Amino acid sequence: MDLQHYLILSLLLFFVGAVGFIIKKNVISVFLCLELMLNAANLTFVAFSRHLNQVHGQIFVFFVMVVAAAEAAVGLAITIVLFRIRNTLSVDDADTMKW
Amino acid sequence: MTDHLWLVPLIPLAGAAVNGLAGKRFSKSLISVVACGTAGISFVLALASFFDLLQFAPDQRHLLKVYFTWIASGDFVAKAEFLLDPLSAVMILIVTGVGFLIHVYSIGYMHAEDGYYRFFSYMNLFLFSMLILVLAGNFLLMFVGWEGVGLCSYLLIGYYFDRRSAGDAGKKAFIVNRIGDIGFILGIFLIFMTFSNLNFGEVFHRIAEDPQRFPAEAEMGILTAISLLLFVGATGKSAQIPLYVWLPDAMEGPTPVSALIHAATMVTAGVYMLVRCSPIFSRAPIALSVVMVIGILTALMAATIGLVQTDIKRVLAYSTVSQLGYMFVATGVGAFSAGIFHLMTHAFFKALLFLGAGSVIHAMGGEQDLMRMGGLRKNTPVTFWTMLIAALAISGIFPLAGFFSKDEILWSAWSRHHPLVWFFGFATAGLTSFYMFRLIFLAFAGEGRYPEEVRHHLHESPRSMTGPLVALGCLSIVGGLVGLPAWIGSNTFFRFLEPSLALALNPEPAEASHASELLFAGLSIAVAGAGIYFAYRMYVVNPKSAGEMAIRWKNIHRVLLRKYYVDEFYDAAIINPAMNASSDVLWKRVDAGLIDGTVNGAGRTVQNFATVLKHVQNGLIRSYATWILIGMVAMLLYIYVFLRGY
Amino acid sequence: METVLFYLFGGIALLAAISMVAQKRVIYSALSLIICLCAIAALYLILEAPFIAAVQIIVYAGAIMVLFLFVIMLLDPFSAAILKDKKKSLGYAGGILGLLALGVLIPLLRSYHLSQVPRNPETVSGGIGTVNHIGQILFSEYLLPFEMTSVLILVAIIGVVVLAKRRS
Repeated sequence: MDLQHYLILSLLLFFVGAVGFIIKKNVISVFLCLELMLNAANLTFVAFSRHLNQVHGQIFVFFVMVVAAAEAAVGLAITIVLFRIRNTLSVDDADTMKW
Repeated sequence: MTDHLWLVPLIPLAGAAVNGLAGKRFSKSLISVVACGTAGISFVLALASFFDLLQFAPDQRHLLKVYFTWIASGDFVAKAEFLLDPLSAVMILIVTGVGFLIHVYSIGYMHAEDGYYRFFSYMNLFLFSMLILVLAGNFLLMFVGWEGVGLCSYLLIGYYFDRRSAGDAGKKAFIVNRIGDIGFILGIFLIFMTFSNLNFGEVFHRIAEDPQRFPAEAEMGILTAISLLLFVGATGKSAQIPLYVWLPDAMEGPTPVSALIHAATMVTAGVYMLVRCSPIFSRAPIALSVVMVIGILTALMAATIGLVQTDIKRVLAYSTVSQLGYMFVATGVGAFSAGIFHLMTHAFFKALLFLGAGSVIHAMGGEQDLMRMGGLRKNTPVTFWTMLIAALAISGIFPLAGFFSKDEILWSAWSRHHPLVWFFGFATAGLTSFYMFRLIFLAFAGEGRYPEEVRHHLHESPRSMTGPLVALGCLSIVGGLVGLPAWIGSNTFFRFLEPSLALALNPEPAEASHASELLFAGLSIAVAGAGIYFAYRMYVVNPKSAGEMAIRWKNIHRVLLRKYYVDEFYDAAIINPAMNASSDVLWKRVDAGLIDGTVNGAGRTVQNFATVLKHVQNGLIRSYATWILIGMVAMLLYIYVFLRGY
Repeated sequence: METVLFYLFGGIALLAAISMVAQKRVIYSALSLIICLCAIAALYLILEAPFIAAVQIIVYAGAIMVLFLFVIMLLDPFSAAILKDKKKSLGYAGGILGLLALGVLIPLLRSYHLSQVPRNPETVSGGIGTVNHIGQILFSEYLLPFEMTSVLILVAIIGVVVLAKRRS
């Protein structure tokens, strides 16, 4: 398959994740959408790596995954703390930093 | 040789600084020594400069001393330069000489005042400014002196600052002067535009050497415009119509101030300026006609007002305005040196009159109303005799100073084909001698009309006051002799001044016989004598006749007494509308409404904007993510629309 | 062959993603995401990146998602029955924006002539995505970032432990 199809697929996945990020009210759901967006980006990198016959795309994907893991861990830890304090998993409840 | 020229104005400045800064702690005698000493030294140096000038041949008496470059901005260069030529030599002698005498007089007159040091500081400062004015070698420096004397006039008129009327008079003087100064400045601008230079010598030589470009203008041209604008400045400073209204009010100041500034020197600055610019004016006949007409009208009008005034200083003030009118008539008909001659003699006898009036006021313990004086001849003899000499001089009685100068002016008017001007001048001469002797008779003759307690106070003034009176009296007697016309005597004065007027266009006066000159001289004496006679009849022989005449001609008397209602007219036509416009329009609508409104409105707009915008920051993560997405989509749209295909 | 596989696994990924967004309960979302990740791993295999595919399964689907499931297990029963939505309009905004973006991007993409992008001519034995090759590159060119990632993970661990500790 040529490159374009993969790119369009990853685009679709990305925007599904982006829209979900905005729509969902549960904090954990928001994180899941975040992970989806990252994966769409990874798909783009790998597709280009194959198309250009260069390995650097895949190396980059490797590092993205490491960072995503670390970020997911820390983010979920924060969610737990947030739940402890506010006793709710609603995203809209953490809104005190406003005008 | 004339290296001490720069000291002539600077020594009085030093005196002003010393007295002004430290004088509060000095004793009165120390202040007097500093002030009169600096004035005296200045006079001696002026005399030395004058004799230095005489060393030169007559056509080389034109010494320009450049001290430093004051402004150098692109093409425009203005230097601090002094010009010593016959005209400025005469002026500095008058200013320092009469100034010194008045300083000495003030020792006695002002001895009871608290602000003694302040008075002398301002007087010295005035001497400095006036000397700058007459010694200046270019228009800009002259203007500096011009403004300086205006400032000192304001300071000295408002010397009794605890009196509301004095402050108001000072303000009036300064503001009216300012209006004249607008004309002066515009004239200077025009000169700079035309000649790219403000140095007197430069400008005048350029006019004289280029008769094609600068001919005698039969209609409105650049020289006429310059002349008229400069003349506006002169009307302000020298109290001619329409800007004379400040001079009578200026009598609020102490009498020595009136003598020095408003009789002898500052008010003559306008005449000096006109004569200095004779190359310009003589080539602008229209402007000269304007000068002449305004001069004679002012002379006549002021003389009529002076007929009925009761305050001794007011009479002298209007007399000054009238005599200044004569000087302008002289310059207006083209007899420039006659104008300066009259300026000199007028300085002598008018200063004497004012100082004498001060002596009278001093003797009467502060009374200034003529109707309450009388019979002072016995109590203040020196004052009486010197004032009598001055009155005879101003009336133009042979052989005192005023006769020669006034007669010269009237003869110039006739011989240069202005018979109407001669006639009005002739009539004014009669009025002059009348009101002058009215003053003399009311003050010194007859019986005293003052209350009893004043009688004990009456005494002759101390020697520091009578000394200058006597000195000025002598000058009033012999001062005219330097200006004897050529066919009688030496004509020294006019020949002396010739180099200064060399660049002016001189139309030849009509050759008239000596006989007709003698005839006119006789006429002048006759009309003066008539004035004295009538004054004698009305105020000595039959004192009540004056009062009866006032009642019979009640309306005319009232108009004259109220000075033709000119002040009231100015109030209604100019001052009140200006103040109302300022208050209602400029203050309320423009400043408070427009400017404040704009500034406050800008602030309010930002505030309202912020009140709306702050809701973007609502703390919701989803909302922030939406904004990011919007930004991204916008960028994508931009790329899609504009950058596709690259 | 590749086409069929692409459409198959691509479709699975897409459907799983949409399902993830559409589900009401978070546990179902997580499970949908796992399916999506596995489909993407299959796509990696099609794209001749075996190592990345393996890492995806092991790290992403195997570790990260398990982490998610643990947290869901801990928190979900205690969450409020109805989650608050303070700004309803955001939902519509998101939807519209997404469609708009796609509407712009897809034609944009199609307009580029991607086949003209130059390929790297050199060939590596076995392919560029093999463990061999990636290992070589990783430990030679990218050694520093590799070591940095270990530091990063260490920091993350410490951070997580400190954050989630019970305050006693």
